[in-house]
Amino acid sequence: MAVVALDEHYADKIEIRDRVENFHGNIVVYLHWEEHLSFCSAVAFPFPPAMPFGALVKDILPATYGAHPDFAAIDWDAVRWTVDGRETAPDPARSLAENGVGHKSLLRFRTPGLHGYRGTRS
Amino acid sequence: MNAINKLGLKQRYALLTNGLDWEPSYQPKSAIFPYAEFEGIKIRDWSKWEDPFRLTMDSYWKYQAEKERKLYAVLDSFAQNNGQTGLSNARYVNAAKLFLTGITPAEYQAHRGFAHVGRHIPGVGPRIAAQMQSLDELRHAQTQIHTLSHYNRFFDGFHEFSHMHDRVWYLSVPKSFFDDARTAGPFEYFIAIGFAFEYVLTNLLFVPFMSGAAYNGDLATVTFGFSAQSDESRHMTLGIEVIKFLLEQHPDNLPIVQKWVDKWFWRGHRVLGLVAMMMDYMLPKKIMSWREAWDIYFTQAGGALFADLARYGLRPPKYADVATAEAEHLSHQNWSVFYQYTQAAAFHTWLPTPGEMDWLSEKYPNSFDQHYRPRFEMWAEMERDGKRFYNNALPQLCTVCQIPMAYTEPGDPTTICFRHSEHKGDRYHFCSDGCKDIFDGEPEKYSQSWLPVHQIFQGNCGGASMEEVLAWYRLNPGADNMDQAGSPDQAMWDQWMRMRDRVAG
Ligand SMILES: [Fe+2]
Ligand SMILES: [Fe+2]
Ligand SMILES: [Zn+2]
Repeated sequence: MAVVALDEHYADKIEIRDRVENFHGNIVVYLHWEEHLSFCSAVAFPFPPAMPFGALVKDILPATYGAHPDFAAIDWDAVRWTVDGRETAPDPARSLAENGVGHKSLLRFRTPGLHGYRGTRS
Repeated sequence: MNAINKLGLKQRYALLTNGLDWEPSYQPKSAIFPYAEFEGIKIRDWSKWEDPFRLTMDSYWKYQAEKERKLYAVLDSFAQNNGQTGLSNARYVNAAKLFLTGITPAEYQAHRGFAHVGRHIPGVGPRIAAQMQSLDELRHAQTQIHTLSHYNRFFDGFHEFSHMHDRVWYLSVPKSFFDDARTAGPFEYFIAIGFAFEYVLTNLLFVPFMSGAAYNGDLATVTFGFSAQSDESRHMTLGIEVIKFLLEQHPDNLPIVQKWVDKWFWRGHRVLGLVAMMMDYMLPKKIMSWREAWDIYFTQAGGALFADLARYGLRPPKYADVATAEAEHLSHQNWSVFYQYTQAAAFHTWLPTPGEMDWLSEKYPNSFDQHYRPRFEMWAEMERDGKRFYNNALPQLCTVCQIPMAYTEPGDPTTICFRHSEHKGDRYHFCSDGCKDIFDGEPEKYSQSWLPVHQIFQGNCGGASMEEVLAWYRLNPGADNMDQAGSPDQAMWDQWMRMRDRVAG
């Protein structure tokens, strides 16, 4: 549906603030750990699209989620990922872009067997 | 002058408005009221507008001046008697901080919005009413600032309220709400603020804050609440009269008005999540739970209202049922956001005490013990171990309401609700179907959202580090933010209480 505006050229004059060009070479990536809602929402990062997926797992996830008692118990081989709703098995050696991660992609991961603090999804 | 004073109210009102809707001779009407038509609202006859107030300017000034005199007399005595020491508890002050940074600037925005509507609506009756409301809203902003400035002498977090409103991440929620309304056409603004906010949802904003103030010894705030009350009933009347008038004037108006009611109900519901958390978590002495307030002021009062409006073909707002189901979860989820981002909040946070958790269990038997008590107990354990829980990364925000995407799937409180849309090759994320629908209705508008987290990444918020961003917010780290325990506010309060005990003992 079209915008209701006084100016018929409204749509041509707007500034889309979150265009990828505005992020200095980075893309915005969202991460979410399922069944661990003590982290209140998915979190956002600006990452270079050439960053290897493995770096995200090795450096970013521990700094973000390490405070949770379940984190140390994660079996990384069993982790299941989705990128923008698609089930995927990311290759840690390849880049985010090569693993199908684009600007404002949502990465959700599930850690089988771990269901949050005392199994309450917290 | 004397002759005018002798006239009855009705005649004086006629003199006030007559001649304001003259027929222009050398300009087309559309040049004088350029905003009147693009929204598609059709008005056959403005003279059918029955003004519900007939309030003339002289009586308006007289009433308002009288209320101001009473208010400022109370404020003076509150200050002279050190009213701040009579509060229930130092924690209460954080509710006042949230009000001053989140609501007061919105009053000012309402003032600007009604000034615009008061210029651009072609009908003279609603135009005058909107101008008066514009003055009311300006007065509300001023009296709130004056009232709460007393606390600024003692407590942190009040000093930069309007600067913070424009910049701080969670204050973009009320700010973007009003920015959205004020950049709409005048009829949408009238429905958004005059009807959806002032009529349908206003009791869920003002009753909690004003009763909360009364229960917690904040006499100053109670008094400005009273001082605004008669204005608010006038605003409610205007809101309901406007929606009825639009629906009576032309059948083509119904789908347009319905879309606005759906949209602004949902947007208002999202903003009121801040009030939900204030009621359930921030008030040391609780009035009632958010769930109870929602049942009384929305489910019952709103139910009667929409039953009445059904004769115009209007149905209750879309997703009202979702909002009602969310009342079980809203306050808990919001307070969890602020607890883990306390480092970036301009008020203090804490975990509910065991007694408060029992109150929450009693008020929320279907949700609290199962989902939220364990979360708070986990964090309490971590605090005891000296590992207070913080979220070290920035949250994903909803493109429309701009709140962290913390809300759960309808019917499943263990899974975050994710929605998205594609527009011109870009992906946009939403917290709910309500927010997604709003985006899909006008993607050109919301693809311009100024999302605080993305703006930090773009380098527009003072720098990339937390310190730089807080400095850009003018938030004093170690004073304005972090937990209540250990804050300068709490230390000062404890000292006041020790002094009082010594005097008493
Ligand atoms: Fe107001
Ligand atoms: Fe109002
Ligand atoms: Zn939203």
